[in-house]
Amino acid sequence: MRARHFALLLLACGAALSGALAQASPDIQRWTTPNGSAVYFVAAPEIPMLDLRLVFAAGSARDGARSGVAALTNALLDEGSAEHTADDFHARLDTTGALLGTGVMRDMAWISLRSLSAEPQRTDALDLLAELLRGPRLTEESFTRQRAQALAALKQAEESPSTIGGRAFFRALYGDHPYGAPTDGTPASVAELALDDVVRFFRQYYVARNMTIALVGALSRAEAEALATRLAAELAPGEPAPALPPLPPYAPKTEHLEFASAQSHVYVGQRGIAREDPDYFPLVVANHVLGGNGVVSLLFEEIREKRGLSYSVESHFEPMALPGPYMATLQTSNEQLDAAVRLLRDQIAQYVAKGPSDADFEAAKRNLIGGFPLRIDNNSKIVENLAVIGFYRLPLDWLDTYTQKVQAVTKAQAMEAAQRRLDPARMVQITVGHRAASSATPATP
Amino acid sequence: MSRSRSLFAAVLAASLSAIAATPSLARTHEYTLANGLKLIVQEDHRAPVAVVQIWYKVGASYEQDGATGVSHALEHMMFKRTQHLATGEFSRLIAERGGRENAFTSLDYTAYFQQWSKDDVAESFRLEAERMQHLVLDAQEFATEKKVVAEERRLRTDDDPQALAAEVASAVAWQTSPYRQPVIGWAADIDSMQLADLRAWYERWYTPSNATLVVVGDVEPEAVKALAQTHFGAIPARDVEAPRPRPEVAQHGEKRVTIRNEKVRLPHLMLMYKAPTLTQVGESGLDGKPVEAWEIYALDVLAAVLDGGDSARFARELVRGRELAAQIGVDYQSVSRLPDLFGIEATPREGVALDALEAAIVEQLEAIKQAPPNAEELARVKTRVVADTVYQQDSMFYQAMLIGSLESAGLSWRVKDEYDARIRAVTAEQVQAVARRYLTSEHVTVARLVPAAESP
Repeated sequence: MRARHFALLLLACGAALSGALAQASPDIQRWTTPNGSAVYFVAAPEIPMLDLRLVFAAGSARDGARSGVAALTNALLDEGSAEHTADDFHARLDTTGALLGTGVMRDMAWISLRSLSAEPQRTDALDLLAELLRGPRLTEESFTRQRAQALAALKQAEESPSTIGGRAFFRALYGDHPYGAPTDGTPASVAELALDDVVRFFRQYYVARNMTIALVGALSRAEAEALATRLAAELAPGEPAPALPPLPPYAPKTEHLEFASAQSHVYVGQRGIAREDPDYFPLVVANHVLGGNGVVSLLFEEIREKRGLSYSVESHFEPMALPGPYMATLQTSNEQLDAAVRLLRDQIAQYVAKGPSDADFEAAKRNLIGGFPLRIDNNSKIVENLAVIGFYRLPLDWLDTYTQKVQAVTKAQAMEAAQRRLDPARMVQITVGHRAASSATPATP
Repeated sequence: MSRSRSLFAAVLAASLSAIAATPSLARTHEYTLANGLKLIVQEDHRAPVAVVQIWYKVGASYEQDGATGVSHALEHMMFKRTQHLATGEFSRLIAERGGRENAFTSLDYTAYFQQWSKDDVAESFRLEAERMQHLVLDAQEFATEKKVVAEERRLRTDDDPQALAAEVASAVAWQTSPYRQPVIGWAADIDSMQLADLRAWYERWYTPSNATLVVVGDVEPEAVKALAQTHFGAIPARDVEAPRPRPEVAQHGEKRVTIRNEKVRLPHLMLMYKAPTLTQVGESGLDGKPVEAWEIYALDVLAAVLDGGDSARFARELVRGRELAAQIGVDYQSVSRLPDLFGIEATPREGVALDALEAAIVEQLEAIKQAPPNAEELARVKTRVVADTVYQQDSMFYQAMLIGSLESAGLSWRVKDEYDARIRAVTAEQVQAVARRYLTSEHVTVARLVPAAESP
């Protein structure tokens, strides 16, 4: 029975491979607006809608001494415009049927708009977005309300062992570097923020030369150009955000945070790779076998399938402007914590030392290659890809060459990179959960 | 390997408020094989991919006291071994071809899916037909998987105060309806579950006439139908015995429950009103009077008037306005097999008492009972629905979810094509009428989640 399936499989893989490689990636058009915003556009005429994502180098890495100011500035974009109160602004926006979104991470902050491409809805929605860029509602009233909501969210986050663990992991990895602070600040730092901080942050970072525009939808190139030029013109030209400070050295660390949960959450890892890194593809492929390939990864097999220790277990690189983390995570009952951590670390160490079987390695590559079309199969996925390509200034043929680059990685290259870049004996280890041991430190933010 | 009901609720809320006739893309075809398997195919030719989902009409609401969680546990075991596929081979076959797969169990259904190249639809069918007929349930593998399910329960419910509170609140709100049961099961039931329970469950429900196969993507319907015939056509037909009816008994006055939890830093409030869904149209409601179709659509509009975007009443009056809520939302599913809940959840701003927040929410509901929403408000809500109809077309997965969830609730996928017109037809007075009929203290359960040391 197995032989028959094996033959079938070979045929199937051939088909999947050639299919994926032959598939055309979206045709990305790139230009710069008169006052300095980079634009990435894909025409998608099939559905009468458009997806717009304005990305700024205005993430929490730009907080400086005011931890939480990037997130609070971004949140204030929900409060309407200088010209219209939140009530009026949102009533008018909802009348167009458009959806406005905002968000912030360490490297970037964004504003997204999904709108109908039909008129007058499109023009009405874009008028409102233009109004927001021209001047958000940076008033004491809006500021106080958003700060109160941010403080409530921070308080609620303290109920979650995964949030507590994730924060401790970044702190351990990046220390006093801006990457070490939580994206949305701490209760103490947010309580000290003032409206002035937000106004200054907006003026410095929400500027045309610090903005990337990603746009996908039922528009002509000419319409897309007019739209991008118009939005960018609402902003001061300004300056691109300066380079982030270099990462200071760090030491591996093991820390347990005591928390009244039934499960312990585990974070093991180290600093990984930047968005632009010659080892990017070898490392992504290497990790895919270990913990990236969903339910067939080695970690999933050893920790969940064989032993039932965790519902989810995975490992991944999080590429950022500077080397982002490499992390492996699982959650397990408190009493199994030590055994699970030992197993996880052993698996990583063993993998880095010995590497995968040829069959597992090739299977993981086929998954990345065969699954590529699913990364670009609708407008919202394409606009997210454009935002990342644009923000990190990746080559325009990033999507076109992705499967070839994965295909080109040999097992020797992948494992050479993994051995050079990963040091299983010197990893940061954060655990959060309830342990009887008295040496535990309390989990306070 | 599964989603809790609340996760799916978010998907469905997004999708259901978002449907309409879309002649260019949404060409939907329905077939039924001789053995009763229903196949629904929707074309979307934008990318050379397809999503295949198979939906079984079985979920937590089909389960009995003492044996909760069996649908979900079986879902986990469906990824293990079959007569012709060794343990793990199923998932490896999919992964090697770049496929994504998973499954989700809810109160009303258990569904499995693959997303991959359009050329792999046949492979989906081959694999799903195999595990529909030839699952091998192994005692040792089940013992390990029970541990995984127990960890899943700790992760999703026990260690998440709001999820735990929602579980308590459902169990209080429903006295006899099986919607009182958690999808993942009570911890003791997971612990005592036997392999024989799973086997019986598999044999009873995993059969062609109890399944709906949904394919959305770059496919030709007739070719898909032929493939379905090839892979599923020879599976013998088998009758499925309907689940025993367990209707909810009358509620005699409001119910209140307090959940204390040592992890809680911010209190949380839930007001849950029993409300009918599309499946009960024509039947008698909890007050004995018949449920009308327009009422269900009016409840959807009511939910949007309260919580449809930043201009809706809750955001305007309670988050801004009086600044009582840090967060507030409405959850109402018009597609469910049984009567469901019109739920309002809110977190107070720091320093705001739950009493004050609850009173303000009730005041908002009373305002709609006193005076219907104004024309502008109603127009905004309807615009939102039309726009969502367009946006919805971007996701093949949502389209398939929508079809599968309608069919699994005992409705037809065709309901999605009428949705837009039915929403447009709702009047302000109808919104007022459903608020009056269903948002009453006789139908409500109020749950409060508070820190362990605090008085509610």
